[in-house]
Amino acid sequence: MALDRWIALILLCICLTYGYTAWFTMDAGLAPFMMRNPIWPSTFPKVLSIMAIIACLVILSGVEKSEETESEIDYRRLHEYKLGQAVLLLVLMVAYALCLRPVGFIISTTSFLFLGSLILGERKWILMFSVAFIATMIVWYLVQQVLGIYMRPLPGIFGG
Amino acid sequence: MLEGLLIGLETAMSFQNLAMVIAGCLIGTFIGMLPGLGPMSIIAIMIPIAISIGDPSAALILLAGVYYGAIFGGSTSSILLNAPGVAGTVATSFDGYPMAKQGKAGKALTIAAVASFTGGTVGAILLMIFAPMLSSVALLFHSAEYFALMVVGLSAIAAFAGTGQVAKAILMTLFGLILATVGEGTLFSLPRFTGGIMDLQSGLGFVTLAMAMFALPEAISLVLKPKEMSGTSEDIKDLRITRSEARAIAPVIARQSIQGFFIGVLPGAGATIASFLGYAVERNLATKEEQAEFGKGSIKGLAAPEAANNAACTGSFVPLLTLGIPGSGTTAILLGALIALNVSPGPRLMIDEPQIFWAVIMSMFIGNVVLLFLNLPLIPYIAKVLLIPRNYLIPFILFFTLMGAYIGQNNATELLILVGFGVCATALKFADYPLPPLLIGFILGGMLEDNFARSMQLYDGISFIWERPMALGLLVIAVMLLLLPSYRARLARHRARGVADGD
Repeated sequence: MALDRWIALILLCICLTYGYTAWFTMDAGLAPFMMRNPIWPSTFPKVLSIMAIIACLVILSGVEKSEETESEIDYRRLHEYKLGQAVLLLVLMVAYALCLRPVGFIISTTSFLFLGSLILGERKWILMFSVAFIATMIVWYLVQQVLGIYMRPLPGIFGG
Repeated sequence: MLEGLLIGLETAMSFQNLAMVIAGCLIGTFIGMLPGLGPMSIIAIMIPIAISIGDPSAALILLAGVYYGAIFGGSTSSILLNAPGVAGTVATSFDGYPMAKQGKAGKALTIAAVASFTGGTVGAILLMIFAPMLSSVALLFHSAEYFALMVVGLSAIAAFAGTGQVAKAILMTLFGLILATVGEGTLFSLPRFTGGIMDLQSGLGFVTLAMAMFALPEAISLVLKPKEMSGTSEDIKDLRITRSEARAIAPVIARQSIQGFFIGVLPGAGATIASFLGYAVERNLATKEEQAEFGKGSIKGLAAPEAANNAACTGSFVPLLTLGIPGSGTTAILLGALIALNVSPGPRLMIDEPQIFWAVIMSMFIGNVVLLFLNLPLIPYIAKVLLIPRNYLIPFILFFTLMGAYIGQNNATELLILVGFGVCATALKFADYPLPPLLIGFILGGMLEDNFARSMQLYDGISFIWERPMALGLLVIAVMLLLLPSYRARLARHRARGVADGD
C-alpha cells in the first residue's frame, strides 16, 4: 500500500475519533436551554466528521486513480537523503522550545544557531560562533526594542 | 473611484508606508530568490512583524510588497540558476535559464521585470475596476449566501488541485475545517476538542499552522535533499533590450496580463496555473519559427509567464478584498494577518475602511515601480544572497519559523505544536497531499461555521438552503465543481479505451 493510503488510514482514525467525540460525548455538557437551539456546538463538527470519513474512504479504496507524479522528494528513497540531519534538526528545535524560557533567549538562540550549522556539517568554529552570537544579539535587539516584545535574555537565576 | 484613489494615494504616500513598500519588496526579493522558500513561507515569517506594526494599512502594504518581491525574486533565481523558488515561476525557467546560459542573463532579467511590471500594473487597474463592482453585489449577501459562497470557494480550491488529487484536496480542506473547530467557538463559548489542554483553549495559532504547513516542510526538504546550484550570478550585464524585441513582446505581455488577472481571480487557480497557461497559449499563438525557439531562450516564452503570474497575484486580491474569501494559500495567509489586525475583509471593507482598500491598490502601483527601478539595478548585488552557504542558511530559516510562532503567541507550547504539525505536514507533502487547502480551510473554518450557525438560527433549521435561491444556486455550483474533475477523468479513461463519447 502506498504512503498516501497509509496516511489516509491514519487520518481516518483521527476522523473517527473526532466524529465519536462530536456525535456521542460532546452534547453531554450542553445546557438545557441550548438544546432548543437549531444549531448545537456539535452540529458543524458532526457534518465535518461524516464528510471527512467519506473522503478518507474514497482515498483508501483507490477509486480515484492518481497519476504518478515526479515529486521533488521521493519517500521511497528517503534513506538516501540526509535523514539523520533532518531528524537531529527537529530534535534541536524541540530542545530549543523547551529551553527558551528557563535558559533565556541569548544562550538558547546562540546555541541553536551554532548547533544547527554543526549538524549540517560546518566546522569553522570561530566563524560559526560569531555568526550565531551576532545574529542572536541583532534579533534580540529588534524583538525587544523595536517590536517591544519581552523575551527573557538570560537564565532566570541571573534575574533576566 | 477618483476619491478613493486620492485617499489611497494619501495613505500610501506617507513616509512610513513608502518605507513599508520598499522594505517589503526588497525583503521579498531577497528571500524569494532562495530556492525552496516560496511566498507563503516568507509571508508567514513576516506576519508577526506586520502585526506588531499595528496599523492595518501599513501591515497589509508590507505583506503585499513582500508578496510581489517574492515572486520577482523567484523569477530571478529561475533565470539565473534554473532553481525556481516559487511554483509560479517554474514556467519562467523554461526560457529564462536558456537565455542566461547564452550569456543574456541581463536581458532576461529586464524582460522579466518589464513583463512583471506591466502584469502587475494592468492587474491593479483591473482590480480597481472590478473590486468595487463585485463588492456592491456582495453587499446584498446574507449569511446564507456567505456560507454558500465559502463552500464554493473551498470546493473550487479542491477542484483545481489536479487529476487524482481531488479527493486528497477535499480531505485536506475538511481537515483544515476540523482544526478550526478546536478551541472555543465564537457562537457558544464552549471549549471543543481541546483534550483538556489549556493552551488549546483559544484554538490553534494561525501563524503557527502557516509556518508548520509551508516554511518547515520546505526547510526540511532543503536539508534532506540539497539542491544543486548551477549557473552564474557573476556576470549580469547589459540589461538593455532592443526596440524590435520590445515590439515582439508587447502584445504577449498585454494579452497575458489580462488573461493572468482573470485566472488569478478564480479561487484555487492563482499564479502557477496562470503562468503555465500563459506559456502554453503564447506558444500556440506564435508563428512556426518562433515556436521552435520556445524552450531554447525565446523572449516571448519568458515574457508570457512573467506577465501572467504577476497579474494573477494581483487578481487573487479581488476575492480577498471584496468577499473576504481567499483563493490561494498566500491570500489565505494575508487574510489571517488581516483578521489578527482586527480588520474583517469583505464587501464592507470598502465602505468602512476605504483607506485600507485603496492604500493597498496604490501600494501595488508603487511596489511595481520599486521592483522595476530599484530592484532590477540591484539584482547583481542581491544575487549574492545565493552565495550564503546552506549550512548557515538553514538554521536561520528554522530559527525564523520558531520565532514567528513564538512572537505571535508568546508561548513555548506553540513551538512544540509547530514542530509536531511540521513533521505531519512534511509526511503529507511526501505523500502528495496538497497543503494550501488545509490552511485555507483552517482560516475560513471559523467564518464558515459562524455564517452557517447564523443562517440556521434565522431559518430555524437548514431550510435556508432552499428558501434562498442564490444560496441554493451557489451550493449546486460547489457540488458541480467537485464532481466535474472525476467525471472528466472518467471520460478521459473511456476515451483512452476507445469507447465512444456518445452525444
